[in-house]
Amino acid sequence: MTKFLRSLGLATLVASAVHAADDAAGPIKVGEFASLTGKEAAFGQSSHKGTLLAIEEINAAGGVLGRKLELITEDNQSKQGESATIAKKLISRDKVVALLGEVASGRTLEAAPIAQHARVPLITPSSTNKSITEKGNYIFRTCFIDPFQGGVMAKFARQHLKLQRVAVLSSVALPYSVDLAKYFREAFAAQGGAIVADLKFTEGDKDFKAQLTSIKAAGVDGIFVPGYYTEAALIARQARELGLTCPLFGGDGWEAPQLIEIGGPAMEGTYFSTHYSSEDPSPAVRGFVKRFRVRFANETPDAMAALGYDSAMILADALRRAGTTEPAKLRDAIAATRNYDGITGRTTIDSHRNASKTAVVIAIQDGRFHFVESVAP
Amino acid sequence: MVEFFQQLLNGLSLGAIYALIALGYTMVYGVLRFINFAHSDVFMVGAFLGYYLGRLVPAGTLWGGLAVLAGAMAGCALLGMTIERLAYRPLRGAPTLNVLITAIGVSLLLEYSGQVFFGAAPRNFPAIFPVRTFHVGGLVLGSNQLIVILVSVVLMVVLQLIVHRTKIGTAMRAVSLNPRAAVLMGVNNDVVISFTFGLGSALAAAGGILYALNYPSVDPLMGLMPGLKAFVAAILGGIGNIPGAALGGLLLGTTETFVNGSQWSTYKDAIGFAVLIIILLFRPAGLLGRFTIEKV
Repeated sequence: MTKFLRSLGLATLVASAVHAADDAAGPIKVGEFASLTGKEAAFGQSSHKGTLLAIEEINAAGGVLGRKLELITEDNQSKQGESATIAKKLISRDKVVALLGEVASGRTLEAAPIAQHARVPLITPSSTNKSITEKGNYIFRTCFIDPFQGGVMAKFARQHLKLQRVAVLSSVALPYSVDLAKYFREAFAAQGGAIVADLKFTEGDKDFKAQLTSIKAAGVDGIFVPGYYTEAALIARQARELGLTCPLFGGDGWEAPQLIEIGGPAMEGTYFSTHYSSEDPSPAVRGFVKRFRVRFANETPDAMAALGYDSAMILADALRRAGTTEPAKLRDAIAATRNYDGITGRTTIDSHRNASKTAVVIAIQDGRFHFVESVAP
Repeated sequence: MVEFFQQLLNGLSLGAIYALIALGYTMVYGVLRFINFAHSDVFMVGAFLGYYLGRLVPAGTLWGGLAVLAGAMAGCALLGMTIERLAYRPLRGAPTLNVLITAIGVSLLLEYSGQVFFGAAPRNFPAIFPVRTFHVGGLVLGSNQLIVILVSVVLMVVLQLIVHRTKIGTAMRAVSLNPRAAVLMGVNNDVVISFTFGLGSALAAAGGILYALNYPSVDPLMGLMPGLKAFVAAILGGIGNIPGAALGGLLLGTTETFVNGSQWSTYKDAIGFAVLIIILLFRPAGLLGRFTIEKV
């Protein structure tokens, strides 16, 4: 009840906050909402570290518009319902000029209408669900979208893995999982493959043996698991326990060290698509990996970290071009981003406010992520 | 056919865990006539105790696994008795609703202290028992599944013996039948209730470890879903009835598994709960529960 009252209060504040000009003397405030704890904490932590590194580097180089950037981060604990409240708080109380946030599409979808309503630009670094940027003209993203990602994995499964009969095991309700499964099914069927089993699991499930037993009975040569790393790892383990040796593959929701920690040897011979590989030999990636390792105790940055970094850099770039923190002009500047060279490739914001970018396919071998191929749109 | 037996096995190993948790709900209801909502969080603490104790023993040995199991059960029995002493005993004689709300409070306390002490990120549960896979005519038997079923059966038999063959068990049944009369017959109700909480919590700890063994990721909110399912299982079997809780757990586990493995997997929880409603329509007191008319 208190939460409800608080959000009601904040909602009314939002309207008045829109017109309150940002204090020109202090630092430029940038809001970030992330899953720093909870089930998808690995995503939030990576993305946050990337964003933080970008902000620190921008400030070390003198900031933008003669002012420093200040990152205000709030944790949504990987829970549903928190992101909306946090977005309201960041906009109305902290008066941020823009929001950066979330890896998980479902939680970005919660914050997007609030940012749109308050006319504060929101850039999601790595939410791939197609409908996010359809929430309004203030919502942007710096990564590819699921129709493309589903197509990449379908093509990879058909041409590289030479799979014929594939099962799809997806979540009942997660927007990311539902959509990615849908686009994969369409693309895989269009390329002559057959989906012979299509099963669902519920958020928070830990027992997948029932679904996997019927997948095994259906006789498949591959299993597509669009979901996040905790589920993917448990599914892989239980599949191997049931004697399913065929390859498993998924999307960018798999990329976290916990995938291998929880999945262990069961993850050998599995594949997923993502946004970048830290093994990429380009000087931009090498420099980023090196700086990230120095800043964060020798940790290798994953795709979420790289996208977090890029999203903050693109925001700073737009602020410079806009020459002001005024929301409408900042929005236009972000929309006008063309051929921005970042860590995750060249970013151009299209008319749907999405970025069309290259995807990378990663294989897991000997408990490590290895680059297999990159697929251009 | 092989698929059917494989699913049955999957269902039984899931159902056995639900049954272990359901026993705790049903025993507490039997003596105190209230639902101990903190029970599902004792289950979580059991899994975490297993996680920490599992580091102290050599991994993948039978005696090490059993030691962890016994340690976690003892720890949770102590926790259950402490909860009863601090939270529920002061409310003895108060309306059931007050106790119920206190139970929800204790549940939230355990969940969020868990987030503070254990962290909110899921952790990988160690393989404390030796892991093997057996193939029997196309059927794949995981050693963990077998351990779950074996340990559950042993614990349920021991429980049955305690309740029916010991003095304290007789006292438990007496308190459950009529607490006032039990006191008059010289039964110390506080000791009996404390013992019941300890016993139920130990079973929850065993359930927690067996659950974490099969699905090796533990987090402070892991008790929510299994706790809810076990609660349903207890109602399904007839709350307050010990064999009923075991039957309800097995029934719910197998139903869920068969639905999950079919094309209707989207509606798993809906079908599970629909079964509950249908059974309660025909047997309002649950499968094995006795229907009692309350005098007004």
